[in-house]
Amino acid sequence: MIRRGLKILMLAAVLFLAPFHGGPHAQGLVADSSSQLVAITTGFVGTDVLLFGAIESPGDIIIVVRGPARREVVRRKGRHAGIWINEMEASFHDVPSYYWLASSKPIETLLRPASLKRHGIGAQNLPFVAMGKVAPDDLAGFRAGLIRNKVFNGLYTVRPRDVSFRGQHLFRSTVYFPSNVPTGAYKVRVFFVRDGRVISAQTVPLTIAKIGLGADVYRFAHASSALYGLLAIAIALFVGLFAGVIFRKV
Amino acid sequence: MQIYLPIAEISLDVFLLLAMGGGVGFLSGLFGVGGGFLMTPLLIFIGVSPAIAVASEANQVVAASASGVLAHMRRGHVDFKMGSVLLAGGIVGSSLGVAIYSLLRSMGQLDLVISLSYVAFLGIIGSLMLGESVRAVRRRVRPGAPRRKLHQHTWLHGLPFKMRFRKSKLYISVILPLAIGFFVGILSAIMGVGGGFIIVPAMIYVLGMPTITVVGTSLFQIIFVTANVTFLQAFHNQTVDVVLALILLTGGVIGAQFGGLFAHRLPGEYLRLLLGAFVLFVGAMILFGLAVTPEDIYSIGTGPEL
Repeated sequence: MIRRGLKILMLAAVLFLAPFHGGPHAQGLVADSSSQLVAITTGFVGTDVLLFGAIESPGDIIIVVRGPARREVVRRKGRHAGIWINEMEASFHDVPSYYWLASSKPIETLLRPASLKRHGIGAQNLPFVAMGKVAPDDLAGFRAGLIRNKVFNGLYTVRPRDVSFRGQHLFRSTVYFPSNVPTGAYKVRVFFVRDGRVISAQTVPLTIAKIGLGADVYRFAHASSALYGLLAIAIALFVGLFAGVIFRKV
Repeated sequence: MQIYLPIAEISLDVFLLLAMGGGVGFLSGLFGVGGGFLMTPLLIFIGVSPAIAVASEANQVVAASASGVLAHMRRGHVDFKMGSVLLAGGIVGSSLGVAIYSLLRSMGQLDLVISLSYVAFLGIIGSLMLGESVRAVRRRVRPGAPRRKLHQHTWLHGLPFKMRFRKSKLYISVILPLAIGFFVGILSAIMGVGGGFIIVPAMIYVLGMPTITVVGTSLFQIIFVTANVTFLQAFHNQTVDVVLALILLTGGVIGAQFGGLFAHRLPGEYLRLLLGAFVLFVGAMILFGLAVTPEDIYSIGTGPEL
């Protein structure tokens, strides 16, 4: 279905781009995603979303997908009396809960380090703001540890994925959201790069939300937690007593 | 078939969860324990966060105990008076336990305390069981050995506020069962267990209750203590995953029935020997997990609520 949708949307993108030739639209970039809403249902095991678009003139594309920013606490273990214990912690503001990166060429060949940093391209270039009293020497370790853990959980992409071109104008890439993806408002930022400069950029919003029974359970658990607790007990008692009665005959 | 667990926020295989529930249920039916002390480490092992595992497991133990208690009630093996006294201590203890749990979670030491509690209690209980059953097996082999008294009198029996428990044929201080209930209640909240593997030996060796009323009475009070833990965890921490609990208990109640059938075919001493060895093994595995160098010494944790 994605494949057919892609054809239609690419056609639409080409038609949309047509007026760019000689027109007043200096941006020269149009991008979109195959879905605006990723629904986490009971059967959700992760999903692909197609990101695509077209550029007016030859150049390169970098795509960054960010999840809603959060505060994260990172802890470091140390060995005490033979066992590993959390001994130190640092917390960071403005940490994207999800970070994904793709580019048509290695990013360091496309932009200078200063530009990469300014645009937040590459997880190591994200401006995590540290809170509390942690020595600057230690902070680097915590920052790297945070990214490593995020990569381990499948929520961060450090090595850029591919953006592939069809011809000189149409590009596409596929972003994967794993089953543990955080919910909220996502931003897909597409950069049109040429000669070591960002020519233009476009942001495509994307929402990841829980839908259906699972969503209702989650909302219920948080909105009326007392009632939820009582219901959880009632269900357990019912099933337990029911089973006790049934198996009496066995 | 993968299913997305709404509170744990991960997808897990339904059949894996059912098999875990069934397997632990079988062992719990075989040995007459709740199985929480096995299920919680297993859940953590397959990727459920310890906070969610502990709270959801408490919810599952409610069902497991409820299904088990009926058979004991029909045979009249539940000492309701003793159960209620234990329960009174258990409610206070488990409420305190949930508060400690929330505090430890914000300090980043919850996982460590959960693991250490497991190592300590599985180690102690396992060793006691093993020692006791080895002695029992020896007695079985040499029938000439002297029988023990029904129960020994120690300083514990000199405590005030004595109460008569007819069903258990006891006249003891009410402080003892209250204290045991309180202590096990704390552990129940922190470790996500019913506490049967602690309260059963405590009832036999500390209170001196006759073995026949012990299991039914402990199941009776465990229902209410774990119900209290479930409610408080859901209310304060929103960590009870009903979907997870429901899948586990479906497998659990079925497994427990089969375990119960097998239990009658094996002699009690050997059964306890087996359980003791198994409990020690689980404890050793958890200790190993603490001692082995972690893959990454940095981890992302849950901070204090903002």
